[in-house]
Amino acid sequence: MTDTTISRPTATVRTEPYRSRGLLHDTWVIARRGLTHLVRQPEQLTDATIQPVMFVLLFAYVFGGAIAVPGGGEYREFLMGGIFAQTVVFTAFGVALSLATDRKNQAIDRFRSLPIARGAVLGGHALTNLLKSMLPIVLMSLCGLAIGWRVHSSIADAILGYALLLGFSFAMIWVGILLGSVIATPEGVTGTGFVVLFPLTFMASTFVPTRTMPGLLRVVAEWNPVTTLSDAARILFGNPNTPVVPEDPWSIQHPIAYSVIWIVAIIVISAPLAVRAYEKSLAK
Amino acid sequence: MPDEYAVYARGLVRRYGAKTALAGVDFEVKTGSVTAILGPNGAGKTTAVRILTTLSEADEGEATVAGFNVRTHPHEVRRRIGLAAQDATVDPLLTGRENLVMLGELYQMGRGEAKSRAAELLTEFSLDDAADRKVAGYSGGMRRRLDLAATLVAHPSVLFLDEPTTGLDPRARNELWGVLATLVERGTSVLLTTQYLEEAERLADEIIVIDHGRIIARGDARQLKREIGGDHVHVVVVDPARLNDAAVTLSEVTGAHAVIEAATRAVIAPAADGVQTIVRAAQALGAAGIAVEDLSLRQPTLDEVFLELTGQPANADDAGVPAGGR
Repeated sequence: MTDTTISRPTATVRTEPYRSRGLLHDTWVIARRGLTHLVRQPEQLTDATIQPVMFVLLFAYVFGGAIAVPGGGEYREFLMGGIFAQTVVFTAFGVALSLATDRKNQAIDRFRSLPIARGAVLGGHALTNLLKSMLPIVLMSLCGLAIGWRVHSSIADAILGYALLLGFSFAMIWVGILLGSVIATPEGVTGTGFVVLFPLTFMASTFVPTRTMPGLLRVVAEWNPVTTLSDAARILFGNPNTPVVPEDPWSIQHPIAYSVIWIVAIIVISAPLAVRAYEKSLAK
Repeated sequence: MPDEYAVYARGLVRRYGAKTALAGVDFEVKTGSVTAILGPNGAGKTTAVRILTTLSEADEGEATVAGFNVRTHPHEVRRRIGLAAQDATVDPLLTGRENLVMLGELYQMGRGEAKSRAAELLTEFSLDDAADRKVAGYSGGMRRRLDLAATLVAHPSVLFLDEPTTGLDPRARNELWGVLATLVERGTSVLLTTQYLEEAERLADEIIVIDHGRIIARGDARQLKREIGGDHVHVVVVDPARLNDAAVTLSEVTGAHAVIEAATRAVIAPAADGVQTIVRAAQALGAAGIAVEDLSLRQPTLDEVFLELTGQPANADDAGVPAGGR
């Protein structure tokens, strides 16, 4: 490209601008960009591909032999519900990271100078990440099948199980938007997200039954939605789970209902907060 | 007002904490003309563009773009403008074509129209060969051409170009100036910011010089030059050791303060009497025994105008001035 000749640009002025095509159209255009980014930066996908598969294999083979499932059953089958739940919670990372990155490189500003529907930028990020969150669930299911995990329930229950996981993903997307709006840099997002979310997924029935945990920790774990999401997935997939006893708290007795309540609560509380934090992060 | 002016701003003030990025500026862009905001880094150029393109709100003052108030009707403004920001106008992970199609769709074109408009612009900006490559692999000049093409997608009536040639080598800069000149011929109203005097002089009908958030001069290039006085006598001495002597002599001859430019072995002073001053300077320098390499009468360059107005050279841009005004 040494000698380029540029023909006369058509800078004709339109008297009437284009008519708005609405929020869904704009959201989809921005989501498509996000999906293209995912495909073009496979190294950014490790949290959705290699990481969950790695957790499945590590826990199944390293810890598997040492951990007994109360009530019997294969640890590998017990494990899958937990790792599904953990991965779904980590959905927040991806959306926080992509939002912080877009803000840092001023792509958000670029979108804001365009005549797009209010909410389309966040909507696009949310949609991209919801679609992205299906990837690890599919990969883990395949990995689980390879190491001996099976769905023992009905098809309807299994569908309900996957729907519950996706619902929780969607809730965590708003937590991610909140995180990505409050924290200034992509590096900060990774650090803070790790400190906040990682322990949350371990103080739960994710990898071990809560019954062996000491006093206070056990109470935290029993009311932790990661516990009930793990348990709900185990129940809906027909996998081994710690048998419920009458002394167990309400959350453990009704893990599906309790998880749904959390999904609704997270969305109702964090979505408005996230939108406000996002708009505040732009007001400069 | 709306039809006569593409941009009309009055009393714009913007503060960032304790720092005042814009301290009350008035300016306008006549429809179909080019106005350049000229100033060093941190002068408030980008802040002004952000307010006019609805990305930032002014703390005080009002602005109208394409006939709509930026504060009360931001969406109407966005429908009618094109913006080439300093960076991030295009997405590095998308191809040139994907970028233009996406922008077309976000400017609310149908996908078909967005595609054909993208193809048209890629051809016009000689980007056909690179159209389906990721922008991350583009050269600086190619990327800037794509930036410009991107601003034109929806046939805007007002264009904002924030430092369009910063970071380009002289050849790419020249090439881009050619494109901008043809845009202007087509009647698009343009507000551009620049640190380069040459760029403002070459492209703009009106130049607004700002520094520390204030307008310190305005007019076309000729008016700006006239504003700080007329001709200067410009002496280049043979022996740098005699620079001070030459300055003293020249000060006596002109009755004004002579400035030394050590790097070029030059002494400069206002020449109130034109050629007469030159003659007297030549005689006085000869009498003082100072060997002269060059002696001439000059119009000030815009660089000198800028130095005079702001007290600092125009291109002292990288002197650690924080990227304020963002």
